[in-house]
Amino acid sequence: MTSNTLQKANSFDATRRSFVLGSTALGAGLSLGLSLPGAALAQMAVPLKTPNEVDIWVVVKPDDSCVIRFVRSEMGQGTRTGLAQLVAEELECDWAKVSTESPTAGQNIARKRAWGAMSTGGSRGVRESHDYVRRGGAAARMMLLQAASDQFKVPVAELSVSKGVITHAKTGKKISYGKVAEAAAKLTPPDAKSIVLKKPQDWKIAGKALHKLDTADKTNGKKVFSIDLKLPNMLCAAIKQCPVFGGKLVSFDESKIKSMRGVKGVVKVNESAVAVVADTWWRAKNALENLPIDWDLGENAKVSSSTISNALTEGLNAEGDFWQRKEGDAPTAIAGAAKKVEAVYTSTFVAHVTMEPMNCVVKLSKDSAFAWVPTQNAEISLAALSEASGVPLAQCDVQTMDLGGGFGRRGGTQDYVHQAVAIAKNFPDTPVKLVWSREEDMTHDFYRPISKAKMSAGLDDKGNLVGLSVRVSGQSINAFLAPSAIKNNKDTRQLQGFYEEAGDAQLGYTVPNLLTEYVMRNTHVPVGPWRGVNTNQNGMYMECFIEECAKAAGKDSVEFRRSLMSKHPKHLAVLNAVAKKSGWGSPLPAGVYRGVAQFMGYGSYSAAVAEVSVSSSGEVKVHRMFFALNSGHFVNPSVVKAQIEGSVGMALSSVFNEDITIENGQVKEQNFTNYPVARLKNIPKVECVLVPTFDFWGGVGEPTICVVGPAVVNAIFAATGKPQRELPLRKHGLTLI
Amino acid sequence: MVQVNVNGKQHSVDAESDMPLLWVIRELIGLTGTKYGCGIAQCGSCTVLIDGEAVRSCSYPISAVGTRKVTTVEGLASNGKLTKLQAAWVEHQVPQCGYCQSGLLMAVTDLLNKKPNPTDADIDEAITNICRCGTFQQVRAAIHAAAKA
Repeated sequence: MTSNTLQKANSFDATRRSFVLGSTALGAGLSLGLSLPGAALAQMAVPLKTPNEVDIWVVVKPDDSCVIRFVRSEMGQGTRTGLAQLVAEELECDWAKVSTESPTAGQNIARKRAWGAMSTGGSRGVRESHDYVRRGGAAARMMLLQAASDQFKVPVAELSVSKGVITHAKTGKKISYGKVAEAAAKLTPPDAKSIVLKKPQDWKIAGKALHKLDTADKTNGKKVFSIDLKLPNMLCAAIKQCPVFGGKLVSFDESKIKSMRGVKGVVKVNESAVAVVADTWWRAKNALENLPIDWDLGENAKVSSSTISNALTEGLNAEGDFWQRKEGDAPTAIAGAAKKVEAVYTSTFVAHVTMEPMNCVVKLSKDSAFAWVPTQNAEISLAALSEASGVPLAQCDVQTMDLGGGFGRRGGTQDYVHQAVAIAKNFPDTPVKLVWSREEDMTHDFYRPISKAKMSAGLDDKGNLVGLSVRVSGQSINAFLAPSAIKNNKDTRQLQGFYEEAGDAQLGYTVPNLLTEYVMRNTHVPVGPWRGVNTNQNGMYMECFIEECAKAAGKDSVEFRRSLMSKHPKHLAVLNAVAKKSGWGSPLPAGVYRGVAQFMGYGSYSAAVAEVSVSSSGEVKVHRMFFALNSGHFVNPSVVKAQIEGSVGMALSSVFNEDITIENGQVKEQNFTNYPVARLKNIPKVECVLVPTFDFWGGVGEPTICVVGPAVVNAIFAATGKPQRELPLRKHGLTLI
Repeated sequence: MVQVNVNGKQHSVDAESDMPLLWVIRELIGLTGTKYGCGIAQCGSCTVLIDGEAVRSCSYPISAVGTRKVTTVEGLASNGKLTKLQAAWVEHQVPQCGYCQSGLLMAVTDLLNKKPNPTDADIDEAITNICRCGTFQQVRAAIHAAAKA
């Protein structure tokens, strides 16, 4: 697919399109003659309006079971359970009777997007939904109470409710939610804005470490991912894209594979991809491997990792107007300082490699299109489905399937949906499941962008930081996916974490003379958001360099940071919390060294301490890691801790191991053999301290990933006396064991 | 036609002799708990037991199975009752996205059969499955809990 179609999909804004999705269109989506395993049905489209739908968020059935609906995607981050906890908290229902449903993209639009945004990225799942889902739960509670009040003929103020049972204390009358739901559903909902929400200290369901709602089926094989769907007469497709990004498909010789078992057809998917369709995926993939294909690799075939590296280095030294923060005069302050510190850091392209490879199921008919998509944004998937199929948007629908990993790969980039539709066009009225091989997945990702950073600092004769200059040279995600987000030729997203503005990704240090610059150096390699996005690289650059400055100043790592943080009390508080939790400064076993880092992303404040030993042959053991996180509120502390632990695995993997390299314009790494990722034995013991301040709502899935790497790298510096400035570390003599 | 015994049930499948066991299980028999992750026996998402031994089924041709008995994740629980390992998995809230979990559970079943009380070092050596969500700390805790249960 081309970047042009991506941008179109990206700029889709459902609020600007005036249409109403009628029952006919929805019926078309629902009458596809599906035969699905039971668990898949649970994820299937819910009817638009049922008699016991109290409000859009809450359905109470006669047996008192509560179905809570929302539209954010679930990919293991626990948003399903967290949002259900928030609704249930205000609803005052019995948590043991709660289940959830995911309305389709079409249903959300048909209700004028009443469920809100479907986009599930940027750690937004809870932090940007908490207010309206709680109001939805509270409104449903008020309607249920009013219905009971009408039935008992008593004032609503005399009623109380606990675990879905309404009591009138004066008369001793009791009635459960299930008995009044149908009457409640007929009432006019209260004005959501007038509702007073509970205070977190009064929470009984939210804020608690409850078990997630969807765990059991993930232990017994019942969980159905999109890749597992099996529909009547379904065909399976395997795809091969041009190895060089931007190259073209010239021709293929289908006569060579036409007679292979199960093969139903060979399809030109678009100008740079071909697919084989067969009765099973294994047969499709087998045939594809035997298909002679002629590619026009194009000009990009001349590009390699070394040419990209040279372009980035040129950017580090280029003349021009690149600044984003300019406070005081950093170059002069540094030039005149008693001591100068300078370092150049590099990071590489990194792949998502979700364990469930890219896939999508599509069924196209004459006037309708339906897709089952593991997507982080079903509305973008819907736009892609309509655009690629030519079927009007109102006659398309998308069911979000729980994702086997997302990490940013399956949000704005709906390449696999476009492809599945292009293939399915050749097989009308037949469901087609496109599945990428791991090799396609690894070689056609939207990678975490490559960059280098030139860092300079000046220290006065007392070791105080008087000037700091940061120049990042590298590829821009926005230039590839959302060019309109770049204003005045300055792409602020690439300096995520260095911002002056409070609230999202603010730099936690105050330096009298500060300069930050971003020099855009784009490549032909597709890039996109990867869990933590640019905080990964920028956190490494800043926190490893601050460590070098602390060493040059002869100061303790935590003390040096504290001296820069008096104007950033929330950043400082998590640093102090992790220092305390880790026993910073206390003796360690022989050969074990500590490193520390703090950074901000996704509206939350994170700090980490790592305990590391390094053998003479460069084997690195990360023994323990400590984290402090202030995300304002916590809806489920055990889910939060799981997200922190998970961020450790992904960060250590990328810092030590992961490296997507380019040779002759193509990605060299094809599978886990030459793209090694961290495994169980590599993972340290993780201890977390959660320090909520209850005055904001920050993210959870991404904020901590950016402090893992620098804490570990700084511990390695402490152990070896040598700073590490180039990732991944395994290519510089250090092996994670 | 090839005969294969999966979870105690005999199946007659029309499979090529080189079709990997994974795809026989997923596409011909229709049990989808066993996952495709890499196709080259690296990630372990496709792990099943053959006569009780963990095998990465993506790289194991059906012709090599013979009369031996295959167990998939669907065959762990009996009559809907979770095994003590599955129960420990729920108690410790191990799964995040869940995609790799079937393979992990089968690899751990094999480990616990061989070493009912594994040390951390035993776990490090035996459990090499890839989990991209990184829920490894809970995996380790749940293995120890299941061993003690």
